[in-house]
Amino acid sequence: MSTPAAGKPIPAITPEMRPFFEGARRHELRVQRCRGCGALRFPARALCSACLSTDSEWIAVSGRGEIYSFNVMHQVYHPGFAAEVPYTVVLVQLAEGPRMISNLVGIDAHAVRVGMPVRVVFETLSDEVTLPKFTPA
Amino acid sequence: MSLRGRTAIAGLGITEQGKVYGRTPLAFAAEAVRLALDDAGLTRADVDGLLVNPGLSWGDLGMASFQLQQAMGLRDLRLTSSMNSGGATAASMIQYAALAIASGQCRAVACVFSDAPLKPPRPAGEAKGGGGSAGAYAFGRGLDAAYGQFGVNAMYAMVAQRHMHRYGTTNEHLGAIAVAERQWANRNPAAQFHDTPMTLADYHRSRWVVEPFHLFDCCLVSNGGLAVIVTSAERARDLRRPPVYLLGMGQGHPGGDPVETLTSGAPLAKEAAFAMAGVALADIDVAELYDCYTFTVLVTLEDYGFCAKGEGGPFVAGGGIAPGGALPVNTGGGQLSAFYMWGMTPISEAVIQLRGDGGARQVADARVALVSGNGGILSTHATLVLATQC
Repeated sequence: MSTPAAGKPIPAITPEMRPFFEGARRHELRVQRCRGCGALRFPARALCSACLSTDSEWIAVSGRGEIYSFNVMHQVYHPGFAAEVPYTVVLVQLAEGPRMISNLVGIDAHAVRVGMPVRVVFETLSDEVTLPKFTPA
Repeated sequence: MSLRGRTAIAGLGITEQGKVYGRTPLAFAAEAVRLALDDAGLTRADVDGLLVNPGLSWGDLGMASFQLQQAMGLRDLRLTSSMNSGGATAASMIQYAALAIASGQCRAVACVFSDAPLKPPRPAGEAKGGGGSAGAYAFGRGLDAAYGQFGVNAMYAMVAQRHMHRYGTTNEHLGAIAVAERQWANRNPAAQFHDTPMTLADYHRSRWVVEPFHLFDCCLVSNGGLAVIVTSAERARDLRRPPVYLLGMGQGHPGGDPVETLTSGAPLAKEAAFAMAGVALADIDVAELYDCYTFTVLVTLEDYGFCAKGEGGPFVAGGGIAPGGALPVNTGGGQLSAFYMWGMTPISEAVIQLRGDGGARQVADARVALVSGNGGILSTHATLVLATQC
């Protein structure tokens, strides 16, 4: 993770997460699927916690889901977010299973509710990094 | 073979706590052990086991237990380790010490935590963010950081928000816990928030850190050290202070997703600890519960069965855990209002109560104390049942 002086942290494209970022660049939301048992997981892990298989692939999911939980960040932990507080971090329950930390865009922070249906949108940060975010569906 | 009542806490050492600057964590640790030995009427020659839970500020030197051994000139230890299972470490250290003593491996084990993350105040122009809460520890990294998700506060806030959604828990409920602990702290001269009353209105007025957590939902940051000496019950009876017997112990590390389960490791840890101790909830006179957040207390009360799952809010709302309440909880002010020694805080308060040393906060006839440690995001848990008799 690099931290540009003025900007927000840019996530590192680790070898494990590269397929996720490649998908996001094409506006495709991807999660890992275990080739042993079919379980979906996110973020990337070397092995499946359901069956311990190390054989996996990345698949596209619908990008549909709902808010499972959320918080509203008031404290500034990184200068890149100083101008945005308070902002909301959401935990999205994807329709296909895994849960994903993200941000909700296109809605006031205090209008967020658990159970709210959402769909993925994509925000380009750099040539390499596009970040999936969510908006009310 | 049950270990019920076979070991005891014989010494307690608490350094000055809070905004104490200029001392290293190692120095705090050594002082805490020395104080605990003095308390017990033992010398360092009596110590043959040393377990250390180094806090975040020890640095990357590794082998904290060896550093402390060298610093204190301890010789010929038969047991030593640096340990970390988060907030469950303190109660776990007592358990490993008790196992070593009951099996004859050791005669006296010092268990210690210390930390010094607080720095002296900077000139006002330099001051920014952080301060005053566990938010000073920022663990943000990678993808989460790109979304602005930083620190343990943020992760616990997700769990608390889900609890609110599922069970109707409110900030009124969380505030009741903060206020109750502050009431206890006001009776504890050693508390960082001694002589600092707080009302529910004060709680609501305190700044948001990460909603649904106000500042007063989050534990303190403290500099200091805290140690206890564990020895056999027989030997403890010959020492300077009344023995605090270890009746039961257990650990529980659920390994699931806490945002989904909204449950800590307490049920599993309790099962073992209460079975060994031969106690039921009705036998508990004081409960010293790990309180990294007000929310953690609420969940822990539910998970031990003091109330039904999801009923933690109504349970605390009436002041039942405050001074004069039916269940005295965190009677020294806890880690929210006294000092934050990573699970050593509840252990020390149980010892103080069972010795009758609580002064203005002493709970009458406190004979059996429940102690909990909780770490990770509700992911590690350890239980002690301590008592004046065995």
